[in-house]
Amino acid sequence: MQTVDLAIIGGGPAGMAAAIGAHEQGIEDIVILERENALGGILNQCIHNGFGLHAFKEELTGPEYAERYIRKVTELGIPVKLGTMVLDITPDKEITAVNPKGMLHIRAKAIILAMGCRERPRGALNIPGTRPVGIYTAGTAQKFVNLNGYLPGREVVILGSGDIGLIMARRMTLEGAEVKAVVELMPYSTGLKRNIVQCLDDYDIPLLLSHTVTEIIGRHRIEGVKVSAVDENQMPVPGSEQFISCDTLLLSVGLLPENELSMAADVSLSPVTGGAVVNERLETTTPGIFACGNVLHVHDLVDFVSEESMLAGRNAARYLQNPEPASRREIPIRSGQGVRYTVPSFMDPDTMDEVLTIRFRVNNVYRNCYICLYFDADRVYRRKARILTPGEMESVVLKKEMFTEHKGVSSITITAEEATNA
Amino acid sequence: MVDVAVIGGGIIGCSIARELSRLRLRTVVLEKGSDVASGSSKANSGIVHGGYDCIPGTLKARFNVLGNSMFDKRSKTLDFPFKRIGSLVLAFHEEERIHLKKLLQQGIQNGVSDLRVIEAEEIRRMEPNINDAVVAALYVPTGGIVCPYEMTVAFAENAVKNGVEFRLGFYVETVRKQNELFTIAGPSGDLTARVLINAAGLYADTINNMLSSKHFTITPRRGEYCLLDKTEGSLVNHTLFQLPTKAGKGILVTPTADGNLLLGPTSDEIMDKETTATTFNGLREVLQTAQADVQSLPTGKIITSFTGLRAASDTDDFIIGQSPDVENLINVAGIASPGLTSAPAIAEYVYSLVKKITRAQEKPDFQPRRKAFPKFRHMSARERSEAIAKNPDYGQIVCRCEQVTKAEVLAAIRGPLSVRDLDAIKRRTRAGMGRCQGGFCLMRIPEIVAGELHIPLNEVTKNGSGTNLLTDPNKQSL
Repeated sequence: MQTVDLAIIGGGPAGMAAAIGAHEQGIEDIVILERENALGGILNQCIHNGFGLHAFKEELTGPEYAERYIRKVTELGIPVKLGTMVLDITPDKEITAVNPKGMLHIRAKAIILAMGCRERPRGALNIPGTRPVGIYTAGTAQKFVNLNGYLPGREVVILGSGDIGLIMARRMTLEGAEVKAVVELMPYSTGLKRNIVQCLDDYDIPLLLSHTVTEIIGRHRIEGVKVSAVDENQMPVPGSEQFISCDTLLLSVGLLPENELSMAADVSLSPVTGGAVVNERLETTTPGIFACGNVLHVHDLVDFVSEESMLAGRNAARYLQNPEPASRREIPIRSGQGVRYTVPSFMDPDTMDEVLTIRFRVNNVYRNCYICLYFDADRVYRRKARILTPGEMESVVLKKEMFTEHKGVSSITITAEEATNA
Repeated sequence: MVDVAVIGGGIIGCSIARELSRLRLRTVVLEKGSDVASGSSKANSGIVHGGYDCIPGTLKARFNVLGNSMFDKRSKTLDFPFKRIGSLVLAFHEEERIHLKKLLQQGIQNGVSDLRVIEAEEIRRMEPNINDAVVAALYVPTGGIVCPYEMTVAFAENAVKNGVEFRLGFYVETVRKQNELFTIAGPSGDLTARVLINAAGLYADTINNMLSSKHFTITPRRGEYCLLDKTEGSLVNHTLFQLPTKAGKGILVTPTADGNLLLGPTSDEIMDKETTATTFNGLREVLQTAQADVQSLPTGKIITSFTGLRAASDTDDFIIGQSPDVENLINVAGIASPGLTSAPAIAEYVYSLVKKITRAQEKPDFQPRRKAFPKFRHMSARERSEAIAKNPDYGQIVCRCEQVTKAEVLAAIRGPLSVRDLDAIKRRTRAGMGRCQGGFCLMRIPEIVAGELHIPLNEVTKNGSGTNLLTDPNKQSL
């Protein structure tokens, strides 16, 4: 059995940044295990631009953004095993993996989970109808179009307005297909505002909010879909049904953190995010196993994946340098009114850095409201927000100094409050 | 000219073909789909039934009980997944006990062994997640589960090995009989045969009625199912039935031979033999009915839903045997449930009929055994290392959920039936059958197929012509 200080599962943007973060803290005995034959993860098929605005103040394509990290990983000489699929991780941090050279057994002192996420498939929606060819997740279609150079069809309906669906609406249009509609169950899009504008509005692609696909039609190839309006309980409204002919249905109906390996390692998962429950060091409930990027919670910007993952790398390094810190406090960070989840879920003011970014999403669209931070019942911070939507990740920053006045705080709460009596 | 033509490459046609391959006969199977098991045989409950619910004296009763007893041996000889897990027929009210007793009596009359009625306490020991409302059950230890398409493939592959020819994509348009010979014709050609076996499933009536004046009708009976993630496969340990009704055995809850949880089927007589669409009402009925069996049903873990069509005859029994007015036409029709269970016994019976008609001799070199290609997911760590050392493609996982390797995909393509469709590869390897439903492997397998067959990527198909995954190269229509 091979031993290593730090094993990183996944060589996408999260895994690469985590490796760089750990290396900067002096950890050199690292291995990145990547199932593809190249580093970069999903960025390799994201040939559109818009990456790096926060991280580099530049507008890069996905492969360009990945390249900056690939170069850094290479420069630092961090070992990478490509074409290697991890099959199992034990709570004792023993890793079983496979590649065409054989089976790998690695014992790691620390592990960073950076496996990313996958797309929710048709089956999970239980849409009635036939099962013809021509139904793909948006990401699969993106790979076919951008990497293989083939279109899945010419007349497209997209179900769900997640970011990949929006990006694919534009891509399919540019490659010569007609996108007839983007159909979204919710009364708001789950994608970024800028993608609605740049990918739908600019190409006159209709976005049907509060609508869903109620039936799939077509014997061999999909011939069309029935689309209905839905009521506030998301049930189809009788009589609202319309038929839209198409030869392709793309699904962009949500991303699921890919946590099969985490479960094998006894890592507790949040029922809300589907990702690990972590403290402010991004350490999971299994000591020495950290998580970052889309396997932790689904991000909308890769820049924040990189930032979060650098932190996970640095914290894993600290764990390796001092694996048993003094007894820790664990203060829960609660999702209050209007907030769906926060990452992290716990924090320790004694061991935190000077600042700690808490990322969260709201559970509905809120206009003219306040993002508030409470230490127990005391509001310690608030900021006005013109609009908050579930599709855009938000953050608040905790400062170490905030705790000097609140030494005995037992819980922290984040809320999104309507600004009525402000 | 051939000796025997079998129309239909479902479980019935394939199991018959395999038994006929024991004889010195030239046998051809004609299948309109691009693979065997592409109709009812791929979309059913996968249950090996005990045989307690068949009306005594029917062909269903006879072949069910006999067929059931053949599964242990057949599944070993032909290497397909089968588990004798037993089944339970649940009673939810004291008044329903009388029906359990009746089923018990009927089962004994049909020759089903080891049946007994068990009480709530014993049921809870066997099924910790059973619904509190259950008061008693008929326990059927001989009940089992099987992978229906792997079983069909196993019979077909063994038949090929012993000389049977399969013509996939052969659609039979007309059948005539002249001068003691059958002429079977369709868009892809024609052939003549001395003996014709009609195992055409939903279309067995069409085939029979072209030749015989003794018409019968096959009506499609739709059954809708929901399949759940393997994480839920151990929710129940046996196949759970509710009391049968006139419409059939009702909606069941069962683990599958591959470890998923299966709910269904509904039972609706419909007109269209090609309609395998699921419906809103059907899926709702499946979930509502299945709910009664267990404490709580993890409906959030559904990974796919599908419809199968049962080929129900107007006699409500199997139609098996020589046509009364067309010599050498053997009908094997109306094979609705328990058809899968009965298949091995039906095949033996048809074998004896053909042997008598043709007076053919046994082949001395018949090879009864068939071995499936090794599956990475079933191997120990050591077996995996050895497999990869011999063939590095075993170290390349292409389907993450089911841990299918490139080696297995290639083995499926290179197998005895020379299939090339993604659905055919899926049935042989399970690639795409896991919780992500092809999100991962759909990006990889078409490339392997295109590479192996030296075709462009947009010629890769899902299930036969007209099902190309990709239509045009980019910007073609600009």
